[in-house]
Amino acid sequence: MTTVAQEAGAPTGAAPPSDPGAAIVTSGLTKRFRGGQTAVDALDLTVPRGSVYGFLGPNGSGKTTTIRMLLGLITPTGGTCSLLGLPLALALPRVGALVEGPAFYPYLTGEANLRRFDAADPTASGATVRRRVGEALERVGLTAAAGKRYRNYSLGMRQRLAIAAALLGPRELLILDEPTNGLDPQGTREVRALVKEIAAGGTTVFVSSHLLAEVEQMCTHAAIMRTGRLVADGTIASLSGGLATRVSVETPDAADAARVLAALGLADVRSAAGAVTAELGGHAPERVNAALVGEGVAVRGLAVVRPSLEDVFVGLTGEGFDVDG
Amino acid sequence: MSTADTGTRTRRTPGLVPVTETLSTVERRPEEPSDRPAPLAPQAGRRAGAFWRLLVSELSLTFHRPRNLAMLAALATVPVIMGVSLRLFAGDDQVGGMIAAVAGNSLMLTFLALSALVLLMMPIAVSVVAGDALAGEAGGGTLRYLLAAPAGRTRLLAVKYLNAVVYAYAVTAVVALSALVTGLVLFPAGDVVLLSGTTVTMTDGLLRIALTVGYVGFALSAVAAVALAISAFTEVPIGAIAGTVVLIIACQVLRAIPALEAIAPYLLPTRFTGFDAVLRSPIDTGALTEGLLTFGAYIVMSLSIAWAHFTGKDVTS
Repeated sequence: MTTVAQEAGAPTGAAPPSDPGAAIVTSGLTKRFRGGQTAVDALDLTVPRGSVYGFLGPNGSGKTTTIRMLLGLITPTGGTCSLLGLPLALALPRVGALVEGPAFYPYLTGEANLRRFDAADPTASGATVRRRVGEALERVGLTAAAGKRYRNYSLGMRQRLAIAAALLGPRELLILDEPTNGLDPQGTREVRALVKEIAAGGTTVFVSSHLLAEVEQMCTHAAIMRTGRLVADGTIASLSGGLATRVSVETPDAADAARVLAALGLADVRSAAGAVTAELGGHAPERVNAALVGEGVAVRGLAVVRPSLEDVFVGLTGEGFDVDG
Repeated sequence: MSTADTGTRTRRTPGLVPVTETLSTVERRPEEPSDRPAPLAPQAGRRAGAFWRLLVSELSLTFHRPRNLAMLAALATVPVIMGVSLRLFAGDDQVGGMIAAVAGNSLMLTFLALSALVLLMMPIAVSVVAGDALAGEAGGGTLRYLLAAPAGRTRLLAVKYLNAVVYAYAVTAVVALSALVTGLVLFPAGDVVLLSGTTVTMTDGLLRIALTVGYVGFALSAVAAVALAISAFTEVPIGAIAGTVVLIIACQVLRAIPALEAIAPYLLPTRFTGFDAVLRSPIDTGALTEGLLTFGAYIVMSLSIAWAHFTGKDVTS
């Protein structure tokens, strides 16, 4: 991106906000499918403008159902939701979306597919479609494959094309459902970089994932879903802040070390064979180390363990997570 | 950034507006406003333009698909085969009625071809396009992206139906043209003897063919409406297509049962061949109107059902 392009307002950059409120607001949002299964249960969510919002949860926790309700694809059985503080028909042209994987016409080329979806947007102009499609393809690195039929695209290329489709116009909000699914590690890194770049332009990004590491790396905020319910939300810092930073001491003298740590006033001292951990609280780790050594404890290692989102999640739900991110 | 770099971008650099603007850059100017989000209340003209753009996209999809073109090609060959075989057997004295009429005049082949094909083949072709319209998008997953674009459910339904209507008329026109050309090549041109025995000029005959094309196209539009309504209920395109075809065949069967004579006038296929009214003199406008009203009723009913279901449907595909 050159400076000139930035000044000209590249179409994939942020659009001026239409409403100063939150990008996404849901209130008591509920979806009960016929057959009685409750996919989303009284969800209250507020996604601040300009945030990169991670929407976390294991598969089947209601993330995609929520996204479908946000986009007006399915009707909530209870509660409300709004995008950009606008009626849905006015909000959607300002929203780019990737829902449950790519879906295109296999017999059309990548470029023709993007033109097709652009034609469906009543606010998009046919006069600029050529340039916008070209720029979206370039943004995801598909320029060389623009003339290839979608049928012959690899899984990674399909995913990129879906992201390109979400970037066809100036967007205030991007809703990306599992954007790195099917991508190789290189592609995953590229998508993360792209999301950061888009967010830097002021676009709010709402990204669902079942990969904790991914959300930790990309997002400023997160919400954690479990079986259709919201179990936690807030900034990444505040979420992790809910759990204390711990100090972990590797030592053969576990009992002595535990005593010293308790004497220092550290809370929640737990000792195991060869290691002791405690909540660090306001203590400086180097002081803790000096005290241990001063008391004759053989310190083999000392580490400060900051809580990760995974710890938060496990703490909240007692459930593990797919963490192969 | 390699493509379209200098031309479009330097022009928009603040304070760098070139003094010598070429005509082409001036012409490209109106593009700029669309770089920003559209106004909150798009003008009616703009909305009509957007509708037209989606319809053109739909038509181009339909008329570029090899399957749809193959159906048109197959339908176009039938009148040729009919014409050639009639020509070969025309010398036979045994033939009479419609076939003798065809042998006597080039225009009659068009009526014969349409009345033969309208019973099943043309409705099948239209069912394939209209039945696939929503179910195909839903099955392929593209429906969710069209709706999120946002295409608008009512708008998408209208575009899908108009597209199917255009295809219905294309089917009719292809059969009529193919039959007309075949007829003109193989059989004598000139005044046309109608079923009622009256003779009319060739120009009059051509006008009657135009009327017939209008009537048959409308009949197929009714088939398209039924297929579209079924299409709104499923994610399996072949189900919607087969459903429509089965419905048409079932009606043909019911129509053939004498005991059910009372319901026959309300069945769609009963009216398919109603265009033979134009082969009488004067034209039996009563029969034509009745047929057109039946088609209209089916269209209104089917589109209402399709609309009611599709606008409230959960799209989970």
